[in-house]
Amino acid sequence: MKNERANRRMMTRLSIFAVAMFGFGFALVPFYEKICEVTGINNLIKPAAEVVNTQVDKSRWVTMEFDANAHGLDWDFKPVQRSVRVHPGEMIQVEFDVRNNGSTAIVGQAIPSYGPKHAAPYVKKMECFCFKQQPLQVGEGKRMPVQFILDSTLPADVNTITLSYTFFEVKGAPVAQAKSGGKG
Amino acid sequence: MEAAHAHTPGYGHDDHDAHKPSGIKRWVMSTNHKDIGTMYLWFSFSMFLVGGVMALIIRSELFQPGLQIVQPDFFNSMITYHGLIMVFGAIMPAFVGFANWLIPMQVGAPDMAFPRMNNLSFWLLPPAALLLIVAQFMPGGGAGVGWTLYAPLSTQAGPAMDLTIFAIHILGMSSIMGSINIITTILNMRAPGMTLMKMPLFCWTWLITAYLLVAVMPVLAGAVTMTLTDRHFGTHFFNAAGGGDPVLYQHIFWFFGHPEVYIIAIPAFGVVSQVIPAFSRKPLFGYASMVYATASIAILSFMVWAHHMYTAGMPVEAQLYFMYATVLIAVPTGVKVFNWVATMWRGSLTFETPMLFALGFLFLFTLGGFTGLVLSIVPVDVQLHDTYYVVAHFHYVMVAGALFSAFAGIYFWLPKWTGRMYNETLGKWHFWLSLIFFNVTFFVQHFLGLAGMPRRIPDYALQFAEFNAISSIGAWGFGLAQLLFLYIVIKTITSGEKAPEKPWEGADSLEWTHLPTPAPWHSFETPPVVK
Ligand code: HEM
Ligand SMILES: [Cu+2]
Repeated sequence: MKNERANRRMMTRLSIFAVAMFGFGFALVPFYEKICEVTGINNLIKPAAEVVNTQVDKSRWVTMEFDANAHGLDWDFKPVQRSVRVHPGEMIQVEFDVRNNGSTAIVGQAIPSYGPKHAAPYVKKMECFCFKQQPLQVGEGKRMPVQFILDSTLPADVNTITLSYTFFEVKGAPVAQAKSGGKG
Repeated sequence: MEAAHAHTPGYGHDDHDAHKPSGIKRWVMSTNHKDIGTMYLWFSFSMFLVGGVMALIIRSELFQPGLQIVQPDFFNSMITYHGLIMVFGAIMPAFVGFANWLIPMQVGAPDMAFPRMNNLSFWLLPPAALLLIVAQFMPGGGAGVGWTLYAPLSTQAGPAMDLTIFAIHILGMSSIMGSINIITTILNMRAPGMTLMKMPLFCWTWLITAYLLVAVMPVLAGAVTMTLTDRHFGTHFFNAAGGGDPVLYQHIFWFFGHPEVYIIAIPAFGVVSQVIPAFSRKPLFGYASMVYATASIAILSFMVWAHHMYTAGMPVEAQLYFMYATVLIAVPTGVKVFNWVATMWRGSLTFETPMLFALGFLFLFTLGGFTGLVLSIVPVDVQLHDTYYVVAHFHYVMVAGALFSAFAGIYFWLPKWTGRMYNETLGKWHFWLSLIFFNVTFFVQHFLGLAGMPRRIPDYALQFAEFNAISSIGAWGFGLAQLLFLYIVIKTITSGEKAPEKPWEGADSLEWTHLPTPAPWHSFETPPVVK
């Protein structure tokens, strides 16, 4: 009998431990976000913290190519310029056109990605439509700017960088009051 | 002590086998640790066959470059469910089967601590397996996401993904309940005198494994729950558009995943640590260091998960940390390998089938450990990640490691369980066929990986053709050899020669020294006294 009570106590303790570990899995989410924030990893849809070196490196040319996709959205989304040649350190502004061809108003969020991947930290975005969610009414179109500086410490072997945006639908976001960009 | 099973109707504390319920009820309502162990083992073997058929479909498609037999989507689905079924359906339940059969006998307890929960743990498995199989027939076919179920593929896959997630939930619950049972039995129900440090190493390895399971199965459950809510309830854990991050999934998954590989490996260490001393006729060398090594492997296994993610994007400092931490695991693992070898040193060795499989384990698991070390080096892994080299690595540790150890255990304890001997000649055939075909299948995959062949693809460049053909032939040979195993086991149960009271003279744990052969239906009605 004594044994049975001890067994039950142990079962209770272990079950609590298991439930706590289930919670721990979810606790990893904010923990991960915090780590990304503190270490500055993955801040794709936030303005660059600061640009340390604004010295324009006239001796070097880098080709920036632009690409635009809509994921599962009936949106027409394309860059105004396919590519530009830039000097590192130079402030550049380019534009993208987007139009909602679908039959419902939708809030979209654009997510940038870079090729080659390791060039990402050197593209310092000051201003970007990806910092905000973008609500589009049926048939509505917009021209949206991106302003960036290529960091002059960009490794010498990188001569071309592709910046690609993909629009995703933000499910459940009311079209009237789209919020500012995601948590990063 | 008897209270544990006294109030189950029809199971009064009978001390004669004659009282055991007959027919299907004996199994469906079973609260007997041996019957449940038997069911676990048969379930595991049938899943092994299902997963094996999937493997043969994969290997047959890869026999030649080009697409011959299956379509890529179906191929991907086979990759996914082969992995899931082998890990969660075959290997894990096999060792839980051993745990059920052996732990009460080895610690001198009458049964598991919670016999009815034990029944539930087992009976959760068939529905989960069914979900995984039914998933193949959902619209769009099975989920072609790989056993790691990475987002964003998993958040976009068809309805099969939902069934797969539910199956994982159920399997997780089963494992957690089984683990609670095992921990409680070991900690609370040992016979007088059976101190923790006198327990057979198998019990120690399971105690540690059970803690790992209770710690990480809920984390996996959390990860797939997040996938599920991302799919259906508008959350954005892994959805970049909503501010989530698919790489987060990888972190959570591998926080479970690396301990999981030790959940598979550690009970296998336990079985081998019983078998090698028995056939060396010497006690295990360095028992205490074995316990500590196992515990340190378990603890370290929580701190190395990102070695699966070197290429997912990580600061170089993090890569270095995970690299050093991973390499550190080789130290306790090396201690274990050293101890097994030292146990055999100057022993009077004989090489019956269980010993052969244990030795096969020793050589090939160590080889798999070495390729693991190669992969843990960041600059090397950047090259080898997601190639066949990784496939070769984990099949050395999981097939030649865990599965061979399970075979060793089956041949070792089958006489105790059934009272009959298996056919030694056929057993040796099974070993040599398995050993040879295993290496034919997987050794060449190292070369494929080094040459750059990616894993999880249905078609490949022509220069990989020869090694793939060899590997596929090996796979068919390995698969067929396992039918011989099925034959041997059935033959033993139905018409094997009567086993002697103590078939292995070197075996010294309680089930051999204190219980008749075959083991009676109830183990220790009155606890044995251990000196
Ligand atoms: C010394 C011990 C070990 C080391 C250093 C090690 C290291 C590694 C590393 C670095 C990888 C990642 C390779 C990549 O994806 O690029 C890996 C993959 C893997 N290892 Fe190990 N490992 C060890 C032991 C084991 C054991 C004992 C098991 C299981 C019984 C195991 C199972 C696996 C599996 C299943 C994968 C592949 C997972 C996947 O991507 O699907 N490993 N190992
Ligand atoms: Cu690992």
